[in-house]
Amino acid sequence: MKRNIKIKAGIIVAVILICIYGIVGVPKSKDELIANWRKNIRLGLDLRGGTQLVMEVQLQDAFKAFADTTIERLKDELKKDNIDYSDMTRNEPATLQDADKIEVDIKGVPLAKSSALRSAISESYGEWNLLAVNSTDYKLTMKPTEALKLKHDTMTQTMGTIERKINGLGLAESSVQPTGRSDAEADLLIQLPGVDDSAHVKQVLQTQAVLEWDEVKDGPFQSKEEALSKHGGIMPLNTKLVPSLPRGGQQAWYLVGRSPIVRGTDIRDAHASQGEVGRWETNFVLSQDAAKRFARYTEANIGNRAAIVVDGQVISAPTIQSRISDSGRITGAATQEEAADLGLNLRAGSLPASMVILEERTVGPSLGADSIKEGFRAGTAGLIAVIGFMLFYYRRSGINATLALVLNALILIAALSYFDATLTLPGIAGVILTIGMAVDSNVLIFERIREELRTGKAVVAAVDAGFSKAFLTIIDTHVTTVVSCAFLFIFGTGPVKGFAVTLVIGLIANLFTAVFVSKTIFDFELSGKQQVTALSI
Amino acid sequence: MPVSKRLNAGATIGYMELFGHTDYDFLGKKWPFIILSLILTAAGLVSLGLRGGPRYGIDFRGGALVTVTFAQRPPVDKVRAALSGKLPQVEVQEQYGKPNDLIGTDVQEGAARQTIIDSLTAVFGQPANGKYNVNSGGVDALAEHLRDPLQAASVPTTDQSLHDLAKNIIDYRTSHSGLIRNLDELSSVAGVTPQVLNVLKQAIYPESFAVIGTEVVGPKIGAELQRKAILAVLYALGGMLVYIAFRFEWIYGAAAVIAVFHDTIITLGLFSLFNKEISLTVVAALLTLVGYSMNDTIVTFDRIRENLKILRREAMEPLVNRSVNQTLSRTVLTSGLTLLTALALFLFGGQVLSGFSFALVCGIIVGTYSSVFVASPILIFWHNFLEGRKGPAGIAPVAPKPSATKPGTTPTGSTPGSARRGTAKVK
Repeated sequence: MKRNIKIKAGIIVAVILICIYGIVGVPKSKDELIANWRKNIRLGLDLRGGTQLVMEVQLQDAFKAFADTTIERLKDELKKDNIDYSDMTRNEPATLQDADKIEVDIKGVPLAKSSALRSAISESYGEWNLLAVNSTDYKLTMKPTEALKLKHDTMTQTMGTIERKINGLGLAESSVQPTGRSDAEADLLIQLPGVDDSAHVKQVLQTQAVLEWDEVKDGPFQSKEEALSKHGGIMPLNTKLVPSLPRGGQQAWYLVGRSPIVRGTDIRDAHASQGEVGRWETNFVLSQDAAKRFARYTEANIGNRAAIVVDGQVISAPTIQSRISDSGRITGAATQEEAADLGLNLRAGSLPASMVILEERTVGPSLGADSIKEGFRAGTAGLIAVIGFMLFYYRRSGINATLALVLNALILIAALSYFDATLTLPGIAGVILTIGMAVDSNVLIFERIREELRTGKAVVAAVDAGFSKAFLTIIDTHVTTVVSCAFLFIFGTGPVKGFAVTLVIGLIANLFTAVFVSKTIFDFELSGKQQVTALSI
Repeated sequence: MPVSKRLNAGATIGYMELFGHTDYDFLGKKWPFIILSLILTAAGLVSLGLRGGPRYGIDFRGGALVTVTFAQRPPVDKVRAALSGKLPQVEVQEQYGKPNDLIGTDVQEGAARQTIIDSLTAVFGQPANGKYNVNSGGVDALAEHLRDPLQAASVPTTDQSLHDLAKNIIDYRTSHSGLIRNLDELSSVAGVTPQVLNVLKQAIYPESFAVIGTEVVGPKIGAELQRKAILAVLYALGGMLVYIAFRFEWIYGAAAVIAVFHDTIITLGLFSLFNKEISLTVVAALLTLVGYSMNDTIVTFDRIRENLKILRREAMEPLVNRSVNQTLSRTVLTSGLTLLTALALFLFGGQVLSGFSFALVCGIIVGTYSSVFVASPILIFWHNFLEGRKGPAGIAPVAPKPSATKPGTTPTGSTPGSARRGTAKVK
């Protein structure tokens, strides 16, 4: 019997050591202990303060851009293959849900060129299905598998870009991840601990940072109408009208080439710096491939103007002085912050689609600190009252229950640390129910032992019977709750999930502490004596 | 009864108890309680019906919620007046025991925060005189606003010392509920010498209120959260029903789920009656109460199942009554202890936890009650109904499933795990 108890005691000590290691590691000093504790016990934003954003990626933007690229490429190719067409346009999916309903209409293709068009499409436009609307008109629709892939790629690219933006802002411990809700595949959850004024961050995140270097064909004009009337009311072929960034209430319009010379994705680095007259500007360096293209273009166009367009607005339209290869600068920033933000956004790369904020929660650090302080005070008061009563009511056995309760809390905290889980308010709700059920397990067992003692059983037999009978009840209550937690975890959203996770961990810990640990302590107390006649319970 | 005799004989076993051997006729007096339950449930439903469903917080209906703390809270009416006209449907709520006001609006955009700050500044604000409000923004912003004035006053500063000073001031603000009331308070902050304090007074001022929390939830997300939360809870209840039906009998599962429903509706009714909002945190509390009430019911059912095996001859109602009495001390102790914790949370837990702990306190009381007066009578009614149909044979005692552990037919009968090994060695 002694050996049996030793083995059990060994298991318990091992569990305790593993738990303590999980929570504070092997600290060499008091400071290290506190640092490890802070590192391992991660508090949710509702407790430590910070901003949480849910943003919806407007996937339709990516689909439209993809269709535009296809149209551009296809037009060139059809010209090369001598396939005539009268018109090629795409539709305008307005919402996220309609994103994959993107279509390209190709009109007026001569009947004789029908098979040539088919083979051109199937050869190099595998993402699309070609449908004949009538004898001369066709429609391109996106293949479902390709649409899924584009959605997935867009989300991955968006997350990568946002991550780079967050890192660029120096926001440590921030995270971006899908919300994980099956019917909200375009939603991203962005958590920014410590940020309590989110206006600036939101502005940086939402900047798409699509940078283009466009060829200026004409302008500036005072208004759209002026530009149009100068060209006889019709836009010249392959051009578009772009407004300038409004400065001092003035906005000008430029007529620029439809396809940019260089795109934002071609940028290798960008930083803010102070120019000659002390004004802030953003310098950027192009990637090798883009630098070649740019050098070729600028060499051929000295004296012409090029427009730097960011997110659909002309920032500046300088005259090309000389051949420029791999670097350039964007002037005209009002403040250092504006120049730095632009640099950051260019570095991070452009977002493939715009984003809409669906949800924003900011908890000031003082509110979070108050919640922790008050929650801790209330929890301690509650716990002291519970432990005090157990010791008073069950005497020596109350120590058993208290040890089991403390060990339960220890295992729960350690498990949260090992699983890298964050503790949130709903998680604390789970902890409270765990403590409630842990107290209940002990009460159940002790009341049962008392009942057995009342029937006149010897102490050892009564303890054994009490544990074994209460065990059935405890299993049923615990498994029922675990079953419900499984459903809450599968079907619930964030906070409901947090509740379920902590509760399941707590219940498993409780089965171990209330049944195994508590019984071992009883066995240990009873084993030393020859004839046990009294039990302090 | 022999039990009590033995109890006296075993006087060496000393313990205190609240309830020794009790024999209260709980189920004989079930009708008044069943009627009370029906009335409370109906009242809850009526209250919910009159108000058009639960009062959802912005988590579920979408909107903006801005929490503002004031140095000296102005009358709520004045705050309301300052905001009305600027924002549609502004609600202003006081926070019990705290100098904070909760300001909720139904505006569906983040701009609400700025509008609220601007409106409050216009009415309650201090004159800024070109100074920077130290009760807004973070460390970096404060450091930027202090750099030039400190240098102008020729206080030796480095980037690091400037950052440390700003951080100390913001940390001080954080530990004082997010609000600095008077700049003189800062003289206790590390790095603030009398000279620095003078500079601070030139450069910054403490606004009389500060925004300490904002929540903006789009209507789409709100509706979805609501749907998801309800679905998750329904599935969870279904799962519990199936498990209890498997371990006991289906009527036990049904009775337990009905009891839990009863508790949830009464608690929701109380929320509606006290005009409290249902937020995501309250949903977590409702989940806790479902778990708690279920636990309580199963403990009672477990005893009924056990007694059905031992006392095959006894009629259902006395048997259930005996089971309730046998578990009474456990029920009262556990409920009492958990209620103690929940009460502590309600009284000292602060504003964020107030809705949460309110639901817990209601839930524990109603949940304990429903195990005895809702779940147990359903078993009796069902048993009587079957007997009425089939004659005296009636409902068979619940035989434990083969998959379950072997019943302890003898007191030291075999059970799995540690208990079993321990017993074997004792013998």
